[in-house]
Amino acid sequence: MNSKAYSLFLKDFKSELRTRYAINALAMFIIVAISVILFSVGNEKISPSLTGGLFWVVIFFTAMSGLSRAFVSEEERGTALTLQLIAAPSTVFSGKLIFNIILVFAMNTIIAILYSAMFEAFIIKNFALFLTSFVFGNIGLAVSSTIIAAIIAKAGAKGTLYPVLSFPILLPLILTSVQLTLFAFDGISFERAKFELAIVVSYDVIMLTASYMLFDFIWKE
Amino acid sequence: MIWKIFLFLLLAFVSVAGIAFPIVENPTRWYEFPLIPGLEENAKIIFFHVPTAWLTVVAFLMSTIFSFKYLRKKNLDDDVKSYAAAQLGMVFCILATVTGAVWAKFAWGSFWSWDPRQTSIFALLLIYGAWFALRSSIESEEKRATLSAVYSMIAFITVPFFIFIMPRIMSGLHPGSADDTNAGPVVNFKMNGNMLLIFFLSLIGFTILYFWIWQVGYKSILLREKLNKKLIRG
Amino acid sequence: MTSYSVEALGLNKSFGRRLIFNDLQFKFDKAGVYGVSGPNGSGKSTLVKIIAGIIGASKGKIVHKLNDKEIVAEKLHNHIGFVSPYLVLYEEFSVYENFNFFAEIRGVKFNKDRIDYLLEKFLLFKRKDELLKTYSSGMKQRVKFIFGLMHSPNLLILDEPTSNLDDEGKNSIFELVQEEGQNSIVLIASNEKSDLELCSDIIYLEKYK
Repeated sequence: MNSKAYSLFLKDFKSELRTRYAINALAMFIIVAISVILFSVGNEKISPSLTGGLFWVVIFFTAMSGLSRAFVSEEERGTALTLQLIAAPSTVFSGKLIFNIILVFAMNTIIAILYSAMFEAFIIKNFALFLTSFVFGNIGLAVSSTIIAAIIAKAGAKGTLYPVLSFPILLPLILTSVQLTLFAFDGISFERAKFELAIVVSYDVIMLTASYMLFDFIWKE
Repeated sequence: MIWKIFLFLLLAFVSVAGIAFPIVENPTRWYEFPLIPGLEENAKIIFFHVPTAWLTVVAFLMSTIFSFKYLRKKNLDDDVKSYAAAQLGMVFCILATVTGAVWAKFAWGSFWSWDPRQTSIFALLLIYGAWFALRSSIESEEKRATLSAVYSMIAFITVPFFIFIMPRIMSGLHPGSADDTNAGPVVNFKMNGNMLLIFFLSLIGFTILYFWIWQVGYKSILLREKLNKKLIRG
Repeated sequence: MTSYSVEALGLNKSFGRRLIFNDLQFKFDKAGVYGVSGPNGSGKSTLVKIIAGIIGASKGKIVHKLNDKEIVAEKLHNHIGFVSPYLVLYEEFSVYENFNFFAEIRGVKFNKDRIDYLLEKFLLFKRKDELLKTYSSGMKQRVKFIFGLMHSPNLLILDEPTSNLDDEGKNSIFELVQEEGQNSIVLIASNEKSDLELCSDIIYLEKYK
């Protein structure tokens, strides 16, 4: 099953390389979003906690910009039917999830790099903690965004509906991840951040399980 | 008919008692409430705020249960029941948020302070809003029922995160959160006998009211659909 | 020779509260060409989509069996070929690339010989490496037939197979259908008399309201 899902991911990846619909727009979005914040803030010094919060704001809206494409493009072009005819639902979800996970990691790494360059308060004292929460946070973001993308792909008003549906679902993850980012800034040890890390990991596991179970209902009409 | 009159009397009594009974230091008469330090007069809102918060959760639970039933049996009546519950849930959620904010203004000084429970009830409001937005964007009855049922279930599993985990790990102003040594008037039983009685009566009264309105709600929707079908058939 | 059967038991489909068909029963267990007919909007496409496992029934079920063993829904797609006017393939890739991906996603080995054979048969071999978006609609229709046939399915479902085709195109489809009907079950959903003439057994959907 994994190699079939991987093949689906490869198809999306190669398609993206060839057409470059999403990558260009996403890259520009990240730059624009960060620029808007920089211009709005001006010369004011912003505290570490505000910087941490703004970091996740950009991550959220970038995700909303780019992660629905996985399903919406198939629906809009009419190739959703084709996928139904060649793959089991779990394969389809896995393939799209792999694509979105890689996309999330790529986007968020760029955002993190830009933030550490542009925002002086973005200083990480406990890098291992930051990395761990980064990895698990990204997975959770990808999983939730993918299942909600599958839902809105089948509805109308796709673009505006996506953040509306995703935000409440992502809220526990975002709140905890902001907390963990701030811990990483302050150099808090792994020991003291155990509870928050456990929340993020359990969020990932629970959302992943639920998504696989519910995807069949969304996919087959 | 009789039970409706009974319900009316019950809620009338609860409302009057909740608002009018005086709060004194040492309650001696049956219609007096004890003074709870930190809350004083504001305590009375507990008779109305807590039931609305309780009911919005009950409504959400019911909406999700009927969504689950729909996913299993694909019976559109279950979707209607889920919808009727969600409508009420939304109303109670708005009431809970507003009464909560009013209480917050008097007790803590500002209407909103992102205390974990306030954040949770607001998140629930967002979930309800998103659910209705999703439904209004889908034309086909079946698809609407299926997709909103799936979203209900996804939202439902994020609820434990809000309700149980958030208040524990984040400090808050709410009675009963991590650094409030008071642990809340209900838990601590600082409320004396008759105050508890009014409180539980209020809870029961509002719950019965909710179930009644829900029944009327879903039955009227089902009737309307039947009539529409008759009109189309000619 | 493997034996495949598809059976409908008490099948009912409604969209919302609008009934499409009710209490539909049939069984096809021998190779051959069969039909589904009815006026426009009677549910032919709906029925074949339910048989292919693309949409679900409201009541009842469809049972697919291979050598008397039931096939689960998740594995159904490799036994069924589906061709229809509303099928869309990936235009940013060439025919060859499309079929390569399909084979990998299906989890079967890319059978170059079979694909080449089919491309030759449909007169597309010379253009196999060109992007699908450069194809005419007639050529795309032919690619869809290859899509339906590439994995040698036990059950071939054709929804309106001769729509938009000229007489020559129609004749080559008739030939193809009769050839496939020797070894597998072919189900045609159509209104066209010439299509239905090929069928040994036809389900008339108006009977099932």
